[in-house]
Amino acid sequence: MAKLSKPAKIYLAFVFFILYAPIFYLIFYSFNSGGTMSGFENFTLEHYAAVFNDTRLLIIVLNTVIVALLSALISTAIGVLGAIGIIFLRNRKMRNAVLSLNTVLIVSPDVIIGASFLILFTMVGVKLGFASVLVSHIAFSIPIVVIMVLPKLQEMSSSLIDAATDLGASQRDILTRVIIPYIKPGIFAGFFLALTYSLDDFAVTFFVTGNGFATLSVEIYSMARAGITLTINALSALIFVVTLGLVLGYYFFNQRSAANAGTGGPRP
Amino acid sequence: MKGIIRASTAIVIISAILFYAVHVLESSSATSGSGSISVYNWGEYIDPELISQFEEETGIQVIYETFDSNESMMTKIEQGGTSYDVAMPSEYAIEKMKENDLLLPIDQSKIPNLENIDPYFLDLPFDPGNEYSIPYFWGTVGIAYNPTLLEGQTFESWDDLWNPTLEQEVILVDSAREVIGMGLNSLGYSLNSTDLGELREATDKLKTLGPNVKAIIGDEIVEMMRREEAAVAVTWSGQAADMMWINEDIDYAVPEEGSNLWFDNMIIPSTAGNVDGAHQFINFMLDAEVAAQNADYVGYSSPNAAALELMDPEVTGDERFYPTEEMRDRLEVYENLGLEMLGVYNELFLEFKMDMEK
Amino acid sequence: MTNRSSRPWYLAPYYIWILLFVIAPIALVVYFSFLDLAGDFTLENYANFFSSTYFRMTLSSFWYAFLITFISVLIAYPTAYWLTKTKHKQLWLLLIIIPSWINLLLKAYAFIGIFGLYGPANQLIQFFGAGPLQILFTDFSFVFVAVYIFIPFMVLPIFNSLDKINPALIDASRDLGASQWTTFRRVIFPLAINGVKSGVQAVFIPALSLFVITRLIAGNKVITLGTAIEQQFLVTQNWGMGSTIAVFLILFMIIIMLLTGPKEKGGALNGKAK
Repeated sequence: MAKLSKPAKIYLAFVFFILYAPIFYLIFYSFNSGGTMSGFENFTLEHYAAVFNDTRLLIIVLNTVIVALLSALISTAIGVLGAIGIIFLRNRKMRNAVLSLNTVLIVSPDVIIGASFLILFTMVGVKLGFASVLVSHIAFSIPIVVIMVLPKLQEMSSSLIDAATDLGASQRDILTRVIIPYIKPGIFAGFFLALTYSLDDFAVTFFVTGNGFATLSVEIYSMARAGITLTINALSALIFVVTLGLVLGYYFFNQRSAANAGTGGPRP
Repeated sequence: MKGIIRASTAIVIISAILFYAVHVLESSSATSGSGSISVYNWGEYIDPELISQFEEETGIQVIYETFDSNESMMTKIEQGGTSYDVAMPSEYAIEKMKENDLLLPIDQSKIPNLENIDPYFLDLPFDPGNEYSIPYFWGTVGIAYNPTLLEGQTFESWDDLWNPTLEQEVILVDSAREVIGMGLNSLGYSLNSTDLGELREATDKLKTLGPNVKAIIGDEIVEMMRREEAAVAVTWSGQAADMMWINEDIDYAVPEEGSNLWFDNMIIPSTAGNVDGAHQFINFMLDAEVAAQNADYVGYSSPNAAALELMDPEVTGDERFYPTEEMRDRLEVYENLGLEMLGVYNELFLEFKMDMEK
Repeated sequence: MTNRSSRPWYLAPYYIWILLFVIAPIALVVYFSFLDLAGDFTLENYANFFSSTYFRMTLSSFWYAFLITFISVLIAYPTAYWLTKTKHKQLWLLLIIIPSWINLLLKAYAFIGIFGLYGPANQLIQFFGAGPLQILFTDFSFVFVAVYIFIPFMVLPIFNSLDKINPALIDASRDLGASQWTTFRRVIFPLAINGVKSGVQAVFIPALSLFVITRLIAGNKVITLGTAIEQQFLVTQNWGMGSTIAVFLILFMIIIMLLTGPKEKGGALNGKAK
């Protein structure tokens, strides 16, 4: 493996510094007893205590996680089946059409997605709240899962499936015994990405939520207007540390299983 | 496949556990009792302690949600997928909601505390007889400024904002009617003008303010002024009160040409699920002690005469925030100009913003 | 395979999804774009879009999106290139992505602090002897923060395409006597161009529709199409006009997809920028 030159290292260090600067800025002030994000006074942990005393905030965090987990799970299921279906479309034009429709939602601006979903829910008469948020998150996560899974499916040779068919395997068996085990890394990557998009989403949720249901990003938006309290800084510091832990765990877990499977690690 | 099924099961189980945790948290924060109401209010517009107090007194659990503009609130209520029981829109929004049948009539016999309200704030043109709304707070639009950063310059007139020494110092509130209204007022026109000629003139005048404008933002104004990032801001009186709470140098003035006088009232949306609870909540908020505590917390002006007597006379005697009736007569209340005019205002505001771009 | 088995049952939920959440919303947006405030058919919204204000806004929105995309490529390309040469490259790549998981608003607030008159950026400038500068609420801060947001979404696809290049090709080029620069220009760059295209796709359209940081960071001195759509839907309540702007945004999106669309199958490995 080629070693990095010194300018390359400095450049990368600089990029990482800029990327993490605002995050460390947030975390730094989460220890400020001064109460605002300017003028550091004394070290304190009171904002961390406040996080755990704020029931409403905790409920919102839990709701956010529930929406993220369920939407990622359901969208992964639909997306994986969709991707398999796309691969089996023999008609090239048809396949391209479906793929383009898939891509539309990925590159669509959140504002349009949110606004059009709101119109849709209004017309159907869906009550805004947990269900509408969950459905929206599933909807915008599906195309990402498809795109994560497709390359793996393309790698898989069709002779593998033909062989299974020749051996008399049913469609169901082919799906559960041949295809899904093969594309497993793609499935996990898709789930993972869907999870992060859901956790991160603000604009779509802002449009489709209601009746007291809030996710963290929407709550931060409404709190932010009155000046962010450092409780939110403390909360994001906690979330940052937990995510970092999860990601590193995921990486090393994947590294291990990738070493077994002989593929190149995670493809986020 | 097995791994995937196992992982999926784990996720479902974790979600179920989290659901249960939410349930436990929700019921632990609620006192056992009769139902819940959901309150839809502006951000930072109520003392959270009062919500707990209400829950304790009545056993009704409060679901509290915030909105950031009258328009987004109406959109959500009109959409029909929500069931808010109490909301606090501004007067012109109340007029519009009445037109669109989005309000339920208020049964005044269930609001005995209504007698605490100063009669000046009752029976106003936007809701004769208070059939649909009960006063919550009121205030003005004016200029908040920090004299220490300005070598003693004061603001008596809107035109003072055009002073060339204020280059890049003025923050405007991101709201079409406030900013266009300021342009109209500075020319001596009504801020409810629907005359396209007057509106054009106002916009053209605003464009010359461009070099002085530092930013057009929302509630972040308060932080910006507190941190002395800017010296002057056109904003609502309550925001000015918030700034002065932290930074004592800041002062507030309502220009002599006139400005906006606004009222936020409590209403019951037509989609309400617990009308009785809503009445209880409204009555609770009108209690003298409760209203006094709320006004202390929020910083806006209370229409509650009984509450004012309980408050610090230094606050209630401050004519910047409690202008006399004579001063109020110079001010104008927004009228509902209709969606079309609202569109015109917004397009002119957009034009003004575009013109600032460098 | 027969025609029947080429449309297996498990495609059903996916097709329902496409119908409900891709085709239906687009159809609705198009439908609403032909309605006026009273709900009657009109072409006025389209005429209005070409009025001077909206047209100027579109142009300036495009200019900023172009600038943001261009700078993102400039910064992301070397980053991705050198990342592929590091030892734990997948881990470093994850570390590039992690900042994008922290709530955007919070990062925006951090930037307000950092760029403020009394913030660290100005302290640094003063340390070098210059007076405090107005950094916040300028087009510089807007482009800076936008590029900051989009960098991971640009690095990711470029990294993936660079990473796929067979090292044997580079060795062969060297063996044939090509200089480092020639190797880059003739071998690496053409092979990685699809990654750049995906990155442009993932950045350009979202850059046209940024809407929170235009207020927080640019103080509304920069207006994007996204801001205008949000205003029309939530403030003016003119869904017709909002939808019309959205229709144009969708058209631009299709054009960009056609221009940058990957020819090879399944190459659209990109992220969705917020």
